Amino acid sequence: MDFGIIFSQTLTQAIGITAIIYCLAAVGLNVQFGYTGLLNFGQVAFVAAGAYAVGVIVLTFDLSLWLAILVGILASTLLALILGIPTLRLRADYLAIVTIAASELLRLLVRSIAFKDTFGGAQGLNGKLGQQFHDLNPLPSDFTSLPVLTWTRQDLWVVIVGWLLVVLFTLLVWGLVRSPWGRVVKGIREDEDAVVSLGKNVFVYKMQALVLGGIIGGFGGIVWAVAKQSVQPDTFQPDFTFFAYTILLLGGAARVFGPIVGAIIFWFLLAGVGELLSQMIQAGYIDFLSATDVGSIRFILMGLGLMLLMIFRPQGIFGDRRELALDAR
Amino acid sequence: MPANTDNDLASANDLMPGRAAAVAALKDVPHVPGAQKPDPILVADHVSRQFGGLKAVDVAHVEIQRGAITALIGPNGAGKTTLFNLLTGFDKPDTGKWTFNQQQVAGMSPYKLARKGMVRTFQLTKALSRMTVMDNMRLGASGQLGERFFPSLLPFLWNAQERANEVRALELLGRFNLDAKLDDFAGSLSGGQRKLLEMARALMTNPEMVMLDEPMAGVNPALTQSLLGHIKNIREEGTTVLFVEHDMDMVRDISDWVIVMAQGQIIAEGPPDAVMRDRQVIDAYLGTHHDQALTKDGTSLTQDSSGE
Amino acid sequence: MVKHIRIALGALMLSVIGLLALGGLSPAQAADTAVIGVLTTPGGAPVEGVKITVTNEEGFTESDTSDATGAFRVPLPSGGTYTIEVDTTTFPDGIALSREDDASRTLLVLSGEKKLLVPLSEGGESAVSASGDSTLDQIIQLFFDGILYGLLIALGAVGLNLVFGTTGLTNFSHGELLTLGAFTALALNEAGINIIIAAPIAIVFAAFAYGWGQNKILWRPLRRRKTGLIAAMIVSIGLAIVLRYTIALVFGSGPRTYQQFAGQVGISIGPFNTTPKALILGALAAVALGITVLWLQRSRIGKATRAVSDNPALASATGIDVERVIAVVWIVGAGLAAFAGIYLGMTQSSIWNMGQRMLLVLFAAVILGGLGTIYGAIVGALVVGVFINMTTLFIPTEMKTVGALFLMIVILLVRPQGLLGRKERVG
Repeated sequence: MDFGIIFSQTLTQAIGITAIIYCLAAVGLNVQFGYTGLLNFGQVAFVAAGAYAVGVIVLTFDLSLWLAILVGILASTLLALILGIPTLRLRADYLAIVTIAASELLRLLVRSIAFKDTFGGAQGLNGKLGQQFHDLNPLPSDFTSLPVLTWTRQDLWVVIVGWLLVVLFTLLVWGLVRSPWGRVVKGIREDEDAVVSLGKNVFVYKMQALVLGGIIGGFGGIVWAVAKQSVQPDTFQPDFTFFAYTILLLGGAARVFGPIVGAIIFWFLLAGVGELLSQMIQAGYIDFLSATDVGSIRFILMGLGLMLLMIFRPQGIFGDRRELALDAR
Repeated sequence: MPANTDNDLASANDLMPGRAAAVAALKDVPHVPGAQKPDPILVADHVSRQFGGLKAVDVAHVEIQRGAITALIGPNGAGKTTLFNLLTGFDKPDTGKWTFNQQQVAGMSPYKLARKGMVRTFQLTKALSRMTVMDNMRLGASGQLGERFFPSLLPFLWNAQERANEVRALELLGRFNLDAKLDDFAGSLSGGQRKLLEMARALMTNPEMVMLDEPMAGVNPALTQSLLGHIKNIREEGTTVLFVEHDMDMVRDISDWVIVMAQGQIIAEGPPDAVMRDRQVIDAYLGTHHDQALTKDGTSLTQDSSGE
Repeated sequence: MVKHIRIALGALMLSVIGLLALGGLSPAQAADTAVIGVLTTPGGAPVEGVKITVTNEEGFTESDTSDATGAFRVPLPSGGTYTIEVDTTTFPDGIALSREDDASRTLLVLSGEKKLLVPLSEGGESAVSASGDSTLDQIIQLFFDGILYGLLIALGAVGLNLVFGTTGLTNFSHGELLTLGAFTALALNEAGINIIIAAPIAIVFAAFAYGWGQNKILWRPLRRRKTGLIAAMIVSIGLAIVLRYTIALVFGSGPRTYQQFAGQVGISIGPFNTTPKALILGALAAVALGITVLWLQRSRIGKATRAVSDNPALASATGIDVERVIAVVWIVGAGLAAFAGIYLGMTQSSIWNMGQRMLLVLFAAVILGGLGTIYGAIVGALVVGVFINMTTLFIPTEMKTVGALFLMIVILLVRPQGLLGRKERVG
């Protein structure tokens, strides 16, 4: 067993590309759920919208990646409008069911044979999706690796830009929630009717929160497509959304840095457990599990973590119980 | 605290020109249901709402006098809160039209009605508990540039407005004895203080008419008197007040006009003393008296579900 | 209270460990990891030249073409989740997939060889554009299948709806009650008990262990702590993930069938084609649902259940023991869900995520009928079952769930209280 490798692998994943993608999805959820109280269970649909925008524009239509990013933003906005106009008037649990159903509906559509020419069916779209981005890589071409962190030159470039995006959106959210706008959405989270009675158009605020959260989630998808150069429908399962919720709740909902803290801790724990178990199996310390069981065990621990968090520390590990984001209604 | 809450009624008329004006204006209004008022701010016709087979509200005609305190009273289950919800747009009537300041407002969304100057409070107080008292008040101010999405990101655009709102909020909180609680979470206030906060927050919108749904419910008796004083002050500043109450004795002291509802309909109208002598009103209260214990649960439950 | 929760979680972990023991852990296999299979016509003739492609989300792509014996083998670097596509354009004339869904599927592959079953049909086209059958026959057949499927959905939906009605919990782990039921029966079956005996044992066990037990160790303490409904909903999501992957860990990721009645010969009754097991299961489901309805209408506790669903606070005030009603509801709901899982396992197969796949269909049924209304779930389920099957007349089979989800969203928009719900229910 090499604890050095375990540590370096774990750390690399904790602040790696996947953590960034989930972090962006969670920043979006924080706007929607944390501050506004919208129980969006279909965040993965926004991520998929961003990712598929890149896939379809770059691969299917052979157009520029920069156009694709624009399309990704538009697609997320459009999706938010289509989802929001009918559903934002519904009760919280109905909104949850509609959004999760819509995300599954979209996944089934893009993976269908009927639209295979556009979305690539179950195989998705694979190819040089992010080439234009990777061509801009300023890192020296003889770059091999950082100490401890084992990213390739290409990955490191994505990681740098990805965290910049996270910081950018976090600043945006910070600016919004400390303004009177943020006060209104927090009021909506606490009690919608009270805010209505003060003459605020609650629907518009909810829609703005849904669109903004959707666009930020969409950027998660764009990063995904660019980094992995592949977009596949079955990676956009409802579980993605629930991971993002776990991250948000771990870091603390309605806390500006919650998603960042949550994403890093979440992936540190998940990767750490995975690496440790794999190494122990390889070294023969554990013989009742096979290497492929590690994946399932990670999910089990994650689910257990979500339950424990929600039961014992719904405010997140660093949260303040008084400003708890949940169950205002 | 201004001293006038403790004033006795005899000298009150001199100190309260608003009251004198309201009483004078309503002097010649006949004491019949649906009576016409000299200067109505709100006029409603044929407003009805059915729940299942039960007609909760069926009001043929009602007018609310501008600048007066009007009490809407009636036994539990009379449809007072339902009428409130209908008039403020929080519930949709089966039939009915009503005007506010001579403008048709039936079917208008509740937030638009609030912007027109018709602001309500709720029976189950809706203090935004995980926000501070000051934030509750700031939220009340209308026309805030900083509440718009893009300007909100540029604090220099709205800082001045925010400061001005804070000054007004402090002044109001001072009047309501809440200025010591500025930075406390609203959830940590007592029931009576929450009622006060909700009222102060509603006043932040500069309403023409405030509609208070059972402002005295759940308030510590010691606080009730000062609460009544606050309501009088609202009228003295020229704001129309309509409030719901089921306890007859509460309204005698402060209301200029009383409207009595029973079983969804308006059964009597008039100044407090006249109404309380009304045979029909006494029957309505006594007749449903033994039902009261039963309907009490029913009422509070429907309010629970409508409050979701 | 914290102590109760600790005990609850301890018990949960114990039951997870119990499941591990029940399933018997598969020993790690040393053989190369690969997806293998043999393509043959229903008559047994090999089908050559069909391209099979395996991909995963890390960008792995590998394909193979079936050889003269119909065999293919796609080697994989390691276990994991893979998407397997059958390129239907490479089929020889007259050959088609029996189930269009098979054109693409996502599987969790453990180390070792994973056998892929690709049932093919020969001669006719697939059901969508069948030219042999008359449209009327097809409609009758689809309606019949829809009713059977609707009964299955109803079994799952009743519990979901009863729990919502009595406790307000939107239970995202309800699908796993189906899975647990199916796999409990599977474990008994694999221990040598005929499924006819194993199924009722599993249903009773499920009703008490997964229903009563779950309520007792998890939901009841949470209600006592006054955990909010949204928080409870998120807890149920966590529980669903725990249960689902525990089943995957114990029983593996491939589809499993019971040892009896797996491949039953079809029969024709009048215009319907079906299998005896589907008919018997459908009849049993109808009986079970009928008993449930009677129970709700006639028995004391059934009436109490409806009262609690209508208005818990009022019911409690009139002396009904709400907690007892809730416990009974969990028992009934979990038992029916286990039946649904076994039904699904017998007519199709049991797989670790079967419940998750059904959950949204269950929600669709419940919402169609009216969330929280007792009979709504059954009516909604039958409508959804028929609707899902009927839509295959117009849209590809692979998208039939899309139709159901779409229907649900439309219903929520135009009549959020559902078909049987009262308007006042929605605040």
